[in-house]
Amino acid sequence: MTIFYTFKSAFIGLKTHKSRSFLTILGIVIGIAAIMLVMFLGQGAQGLILGQVQDLGSKIIAIAPGKEPKGPMDSSTVESFYSDSLKIKELEALKNKNNIPNVTEIVPTVFGTEVVSYENEIFRPMIIGASESIFSIFGVFPDKGDFFTKEQISSKAKVVVIGSRIKEELFGDSEAIGQRVKIKEQNFQVIGVLPPKGQILFFNIDESAIIPYTTVQQYILGIKHFNRIIVQAESENDVPFVVENIEKTLRELHNIENSEDDDFFVISQIEIADTFKTITDILTFFLVAMAAISLLVGGVGIMNIMLVSVTERTKEIGLRKAIGATKKKILSQFLIEAIVITTTGGVIGILLGVFLSVVATLVLNYAFNFEWVFIFPYSGAIMGLVVSIFIGLVFGIYPAFQAAKKDPIEALFHG
Amino acid sequence: MSLIEVRDLKKIYYSENVETPALRGVSFEIKTGEFVAIMGPSGSGKSTLLHILGFLDRPSAGKYLFDEKTINDYSEEELAHIRNKKMGFIFQTFNLLPRTSVLENVKLPLLYSGIKESLWNEVALKAIESVGLSHRSHHQPSQLSGGEQQRAAIARALVNSPQVIFADEPTGNLDSKSGQVIMEILQKLNDEEGHTIVLITHETYTAENAERIIRLHDGEIESDKPVDYRRRADNFIK
Repeated sequence: MTIFYTFKSAFIGLKTHKSRSFLTILGIVIGIAAIMLVMFLGQGAQGLILGQVQDLGSKIIAIAPGKEPKGPMDSSTVESFYSDSLKIKELEALKNKNNIPNVTEIVPTVFGTEVVSYENEIFRPMIIGASESIFSIFGVFPDKGDFFTKEQISSKAKVVVIGSRIKEELFGDSEAIGQRVKIKEQNFQVIGVLPPKGQILFFNIDESAIIPYTTVQQYILGIKHFNRIIVQAESENDVPFVVENIEKTLRELHNIENSEDDDFFVISQIEIADTFKTITDILTFFLVAMAAISLLVGGVGIMNIMLVSVTERTKEIGLRKAIGATKKKILSQFLIEAIVITTTGGVIGILLGVFLSVVATLVLNYAFNFEWVFIFPYSGAIMGLVVSIFIGLVFGIYPAFQAAKKDPIEALFHG
Repeated sequence: MSLIEVRDLKKIYYSENVETPALRGVSFEIKTGEFVAIMGPSGSGKSTLLHILGFLDRPSAGKYLFDEKTINDYSEEELAHIRNKKMGFIFQTFNLLPRTSVLENVKLPLLYSGIKESLWNEVALKAIESVGLSHRSHHQPSQLSGGEQQRAAIARALVNSPQVIFADEPTGNLDSKSGQVIMEILQKLNDEEGHTIVLITHETYTAENAERIIRLHDGEIESDKPVDYRRRADNFIK
């Protein structure tokens, strides 16, 4: 028996029963298409985030106070925000080039949210307290007005650089530069407006108000510590060395001998990227797992239809045996039929998945202003094909065995 | 030279510990090129005998030699191979695959024959031609008359040039005219091509187309003798 002929016959059989075949393969089509789409979206989201991290430069290192959280639900995540282990003393030590060479910028930051008002308009932005270097690290500069100076930082000047959305909400079309906004019953002078920039990592720049960190510490939050100290290494290759020096410096300063007792932790951009990658990987995995359930259901459906088909074709099986088909040949015939069914479903599913991915790309690009480029998911397509063949094997084997073990006399004369 | 030889062949069916003997010791020989009819009323064991002769079933006791070898010498695989190469089957209900052309139906035994696929069409069309059905080769069974369907089934039985053709009530579902054509073809295959034919029937007038009639009754041979006045296809009556 030539395998090719059997494949051809199976295909003809599939075409002969069009509507039944369509319903049979539908489960596989939906399952494979769903997996393709989920994988594509997962990879796309990951690409977007990683792209942003790279935009920002992988030279960025953040130092956070408190113990390193073991997971998102760890209480030290919250404690870190209130921990005061990073203060001016630590900042000075870090700024000392003898302690940490190969560093271009060190930016202390504090965060909070407060209501900002102008006349009758109010807005609740993210307040970022930082030094002037934050603008070069974010790669965003006011297109109107200017950002604050070192002198304004040391004098704790009440000046603010606002994001485009805040400007829009508070001032509309009128001029913002030079106006005074109220934060916590105090007047702040708007000295700069940032161009629309959107999300940079955790910060929506358009909805942020950037103020000298000294001012925020004293007049808004009433604290003396920092929430983060952001360090920019000279190059990506220096990052591990810089991280090591930061840890050494702070441990010496705090008389810590064992790294387990650290009252701070260092996050590099690479680590942030890795965290994002892990999160999207886990999400993608769960979504794929859910889509896989539909494949399982589809497979059971195919097994069911195959069993019906074996019963319906009892006479055919008996005849084939009478004219010389062995058990093995009957088995392989029905197995091949199952594989042809699932593979056809798989191919249609792959095409549908690709189509849906293209549509998703267009919709997301339009709705969120992404610049997401559609790339044909070769690995997903190959995986879809392999999975659909595998399903044919797994769910086809039992019906095929039922067919192979039919007694020709029963099948031909009493069936 | 005898193609088929059975000695004291017995077949007992067991169901719920009740023994039902279908064959109670049957012995005969069929020589190559013979046209033999096996006759008997229903329940006489003629179908059971055909199944055993056609390797579809094994005897409970006794000896069956096909081509001078006993059936016990063969494995399942070998039996399937012999069925494919040396035996052709014709059934009362034709057993053609539905929604499949005559040509594809006739090709079916070739699928298990080891013959190269490139030769299948030629071999199958030749067999179709020999039963006078060339003009119908691309029709489906449902588009054919009963007689034509049985001719297609004969072409399928012939396609591997078997040594013996087992015909199980081949005219049972046909009108007399179509039945006559079928018997004509079987006689021609026997006369001109030298095929051995074993015909199972319960009708005397059909059996009289053969050269010899073995009559079965209650699983035993009642008589085994040549046909006194052999019917030829041209004066076949039903």
